Amino acid sequence: MARVAVDVVIKPEILDPQGKAILAALARTGHPGVSSVRQGKHFDLEVDDSVSDDDLEEIAGGLLANPVIESWTVTRVDPPAPQPEPAAAEAAL
Amino acid sequence: MTSATGSGPRIGVITFPGTLDDVDAARAVRFAGAEPVPLWHADADLRGVDAVVVPGGFSYGDYLRAGAIAAQAPVMRAVVEAARRGLPVLGICNGFQILCEAGLLPGALIRNASLRFICRDQWLRVENPSTTWTSRFEPGAEILIPMKNAEGCFVAAEPVLDELEGEGRVLFRYIGDGPAQGNPNGAMRDIAGICSPDGRIAGLMPHPEHAIDPLTGPTDDGLGLFFSVLDLLGAAAKVGA
Repeated sequence: MARVAVDVVIKPEILDPQGKAILAALARTGHPGVSSVRQGKHFDLEVDDSVSDDDLEEIAGGLLANPVIESWTVTRVDPPAPQPEPAAAEAAL
Repeated sequence: MTSATGSGPRIGVITFPGTLDDVDAARAVRFAGAEPVPLWHADADLRGVDAVVVPGGFSYGDYLRAGAIAAQAPVMRAVVEAARRGLPVLGICNGFQILCEAGLLPGALIRNASLRFICRDQWLRVENPSTTWTSRFEPGAEILIPMKNAEGCFVAAEPVLDELEGEGRVLFRYIGDGPAQGNPNGAMRDIAGICSPDGRIAGLMPHPEHAIDPLTGPTDDGLGLFFSVLDLLGAAAKVGA
């Protein structure tokens, strides 16, 4: 099992009215130094070893994000523990 | 009005969990003189229908993105396959969002620029009256039908927009002057509805199925879409609406 994070953001050229509303609220609540907010989505996935990086790209681009309006990044947060080299394992003993 | 049950074209109307407008869509189909056939989201069976209407609502609670989950439903897999073979398909509101998410139509629908849910009767211009779902309209016809959505802002890349315009695939555009008319949601190039290259797959945000009878809608302008597809299916409706 591994944990995977997928972050989805609206492409820069696409209007993000929610981000604009948040920006306006930040200005009202005493944070005028914030100049831009873009609202996105974050997904935490737990996947087994059969799920390849290509599978994750398909999952992200085919369902979690809409490529017309959004871009995404896939990050393996918790990669499977690498199998120790036999020699290294012995050396550690 | 007479029922066309058992004869004439059969037009499927899909129901997803959260669909609202399947009953009105079925009523519009019946009003135009065809037989509405209920289709269920979990069945990949189109029951041999001659066309499909994907109606409006909030399928799967608009989870993820409006239409994103519905686009993966078993019935949509069947619709995509049949549409690629030429089956006429009309997506209304959430149905339009679903067709875009399913890849049958280009572009996407995002949150209205105002961030508000907008519910009003909307003037549209029919930009191409020679397609499967618009052939009953006069060139340049202006129609008034209800619109009600929070995610109706049509967006697509500039080359896609140019292609849609160049190929006559912009079917409906928002028009009208005054604070309550014109482009309601920031849609690129005022686009309210588009179609596939062959015109058989169409989607629009406003609701023609709510405008089929002056008793219950602002006009009966919406009937034109349903009469149009019936013309194509070889059975011009004889029912006086």
